[in-house]
Formats: sequence, C-alpha cells, structure tokens
Amino acid sequence: MPKQSPIPDELDRPFWAACNEGRLVIQHCTRCDRLQHPPEPTCAQCGSADNLEWRQVSGRGRIYSYAVMYDTPVTVLQADQPFNIVVITLEEDPGIQMLSHLPGTTVDQVPWGASVQVEFETTPNGQKVPEWRVVG
Amino acid sequence: MATEYWPNSRLRTKTGLGVWEHRGKVAVAGIGFAPTMRRWDGEDLSTSVGALTIVAAQKALDDAGISKGEIDGVVACPIGMGDNWGPESVTGRPYFAPPYDTEDGLIGTSADWLVKNMGLWNAKSTFHGAACFNTAMSVGAQVVGDGLANTILVIRGMGNPPGRYHQAPDTNYSGPRQWSAPFDWRLEPLIAYGFDQYCRKYGKTHDMVAPFVLNQRRNGLLMPEGYYAQHRPETPTKEDYLAARWVVKPMCIMDMDLPIQTAVAFVVTTGERARGMKQKPVYILTHCSQRGVVRSTTETLDETEAFAANIAGMCYEGSGLTARELDVFNPYDGYTLFTQYYLEAFGWHGVKRGEALDFYAGDIRVEGPHPFSSSGGNNGNGRTRSWGQYDCIQQLRGQAGRRQVRIKAETAIAGAFTPGTSDWTVYSTSPD
Ligand SMILES: [Zn+2]
Repeated sequence: MPKQSPIPDELDRPFWAACNEGRLVIQHCTRCDRLQHPPEPTCAQCGSADNLEWRQVSGRGRIYSYAVMYDTPVTVLQADQPFNIVVITLEEDPGIQMLSHLPGTTVDQVPWGASVQVEFETTPNGQKVPEWRVVG
Repeated sequence: MATEYWPNSRLRTKTGLGVWEHRGKVAVAGIGFAPTMRRWDGEDLSTSVGALTIVAAQKALDDAGISKGEIDGVVACPIGMGDNWGPESVTGRPYFAPPYDTEDGLIGTSADWLVKNMGLWNAKSTFHGAACFNTAMSVGAQVVGDGLANTILVIRGMGNPPGRYHQAPDTNYSGPRQWSAPFDWRLEPLIAYGFDQYCRKYGKTHDMVAPFVLNQRRNGLLMPEGYYAQHRPETPTKEDYLAARWVVKPMCIMDMDLPIQTAVAFVVTTGERARGMKQKPVYILTHCSQRGVVRSTTETLDETEAFAANIAGMCYEGSGLTARELDVFNPYDGYTLFTQYYLEAFGWHGVKRGEALDFYAGDIRVEGPHPFSSSGGNNGNGRTRSWGQYDCIQQLRGQAGRRQVRIKAETAIAGAFTPGTSDWTVYSTSPD
C-alpha cells in the first residue's frame, strides 16, 4: 500500500541501497557479534564505531504483535484505513524488530507468531522499503 | 540570554542513587489551575495560553498566600500540547502584536514570558524542563533543593489552537522517523500493540479496562477544575466504552485523553518557608525521571515492564517509602492502556504483574478502599499531564472535596508520561 518514502542519509545509505537490490542488511558489530537496528554511528554495546559492518540476513522472521490503524493523521495512508501495523522479529535475532503492513493478510486477521518473509516495496520517491508476507 | 533546558544529566534517572539529598526539604505551597476550554478560539487574547498561565500562577500565589514579589525563580515546561500557531507562511495564521509575536504565549508559556508579562520582578532564575509539567516539577524540586532559587513557580501552559492537530501531510521522512513513518508507527500504535501483547501474556481483554475508564470519568466530574466537570458533565457507560470507535485497535477513542487548552502552576519552596505560608505544606520526598533506551525499532513488552519497574524502584529508593506506605497514587493515564504497567510495577495495594485489569473490577471509587487515580487523570479531566500532581497536593492537604479519599492520605505519587519517558514526584505530609 502507498506509504511515505524514507530519504537515506550518510549513516543508513547501505541499508537502503541493499533494499533497492532486493537484499536485507543489518548493522553488525564484529567485536560484540551483535546486530543492531536501526543503525547507529557506534555499537550500543561496546561504544565503538570501528567494528560495524553490514551483514546480509535471511529475510525470515516472525510476527511479534500487531495493531490495526483506523484513524491515522498521515494523509497518504488515510485512503487505506483500516490497515495492519505489525511488528516483526528477525530469525537471526528476535531482539531486532522491523515493521510491516503485512501485504496479503486481511485486516485484523494477523496470525500471531506466524513465519514471515521479507519482500521489497517501492515507495513514491523510488526508494524500496522492506515489507513482510506470511509464509507457510 | 534565553532560558536553557535543564539537562537530563542533572535529573535522577537511575536506581542506586539512594535517598534524595533534599528529601523533605522542599515543599509545594500553592497550586492553581486556569479555566479549561476545548480549543482556543484563535482571537480572544484574554484566553491565550499565556494569559491562562498568568491566571493559574496568580491562583497558585493566592493559594500559598504570597505576593509575586516573593517569587525568585520560574521553571516552565515551555512546550504546548497542540500544533504551532504559525508561522503564517505555513499555517496561514499571522502572529499578533507583542507579547504574542512568536509561539510563546500562544501555544505554550516559557519561564521568560511569564516573568515579563506577569511582572515577576524578583524572579532572577529561570529554567526549562521538557516536555511535561512533571519534568518541570522534577527540575523545580531540584532547583529549590540546590538553592538556585528559594520560592518558585512551576508552570505549564497547554495551548490547543483550532483544528485537528498533528496531521501529517509529509510524503518523505529522513532521520530516526524514516524507520517508523512509512508504517505509521507512532506512540499510539506502540501503546496499542503493547497492550495487545500484555493481554496475550496475561490472558486479559480490552473490555476489562472499562471500569478504570468509567471511574476516571466519574472522578473527573468530582474535579471542579477539570474539563468535563466544567463543560461536558457526562456519565458514560460500559456500553459506550465497548461501542467507542477504534483509533488504533485495541485502543479506542475513550482510551485517549481529550486535548484541551488550560494552564497549571505550582508554588514550590523550601520546607521551612512553606511552613510560614498559608497552606499546610506538602513535602517532596524525591523526584525521578525515566529516560529508557530501547534496543531496536520499537519498545517490547519486556522493555516496557522493565522501565516501569525502574520508575517504581527510583521512587521508592529516593523517598525511602515502601509500596505499603504509599497512600494516594496518580500514575499517568493519557492512554489508559499503559496505566496498568505503573500500577503493577509500584505494587500499589498489592497489585502484581498481570493483575491490574482484575483490580479495576474491584472497588476503585474514591469512597472505597482502593481509590486508584483519585484525580480522574487526564482521561477524566482533559490532557494536561498534571491532574495527578494537583490531586496529590489536594488529597494530602485534605482539600480534595468530593474526591477526598477515605483511606489515609499522608503520602502520594504522581507522574507522567510513558513508561519509557516520564517524570515522577513523591509527596508526604511529613518532612521526616
Ligand atoms: Zn560492539
């Protein structure tokens, strides 16, 4: 569904560039062997900027929880009300969450705990964003 | 020089700090609320939020029985609640002649604005605490305790100009919002999904919140200063709650407080000075501020519960009180779907994790044995994030009128806003 476009900046450009190539990458600290998202200039655990890299992940995850939006102040989303807003946790680390409108799933019929797979949706400025679809 | 924001580093944001160094040495000596209105009409400057803040401040001075010359400092949360008034190029609304030629006085009230326009000639120290009256109270308690001022006004003006607020016509986002905005992830979905998670974890349902909301509205009608008592003396039913439209399911419109325009002011001074003023002093035992950091994109239920536990830990440690010693309890309810975290974390009246919604089914009326949120909160009075603080003072003075609790009222806690970001004050009738 139509949504607002992110504008990449210096810090997160690799994330958004990967999305445009159909890949999901997450910031990873090699010293702590720890993923972090959203990306930060330094690792939240060791405080260092020197060991951060971008790691491609499987794009598989699980539905953590959800809400159904009926009255959004965001103009571009109002035509699609009501819609699902779902919190996804990544297979590689359930402590990392991403958000989704869960395309293909009926409003308020979200299968709690179900497996999901990432896909990429083009937003109005051409930037692709990660979306998620229930699998299996 | 413009007044500076009080830094988080000078707030009490963690456990392990021990009893507050100024415990019982600082007191609230006066309180005042301006009249409420749903929205400002955009024309009558005598009801601007700045003008209302002067009204509230004068009421607080009168309540304390002091003159404005005795005020030597002001702490404000200078940020309003609603959207900005201007600039004209964006909103089509021109500013007015001074002192209404900027946002100050139209959407919020800064300490400097009040000093200048109320003629607080002796107020040499001004500080800002954002973004809540409760933050300003924490700052104010510390300012007086540290001796940066002796007798101060702590204020917040809440402007609500015409029109639906926080509408978002933007089509692009950069910075932190780019992760959440495309999916419409804001505070409301966060609270709603957190409540959904809470219900799954503890086997509860949304309809179980109804008794709490209805009791808030009932308490609100017993608060003469509140919006509903002044303008909409309604008594909604459980059926109304169950039929209320979803805003973001499982949060309905009756779970959300109503934006209003008004202003609040407290006189805060040293305990010693307060004893020489008109009212029975209400002593501050401690204050604390939660500034939680989440690991990833949003806040999980585990993080929310940990934040709430940290708040309770800071309040109890800093004040030296235990849950058993806490009488009046006014945790924030601006979204009624997060108040249970506070109730459970503080363990008020023995409520444990997962038990709050069952507790709501009991007798929580102000006349009863468990007068939870005796203020009626923001759900019962309109959005100010300060009714809880106001009620704590009235209850401990024995001046809460028809809301006066029948249980002992010697200690009290109020705070707002979310479990992740909030500020809290602990009060007592005794400085010891
Ligand atoms: Zn690291």
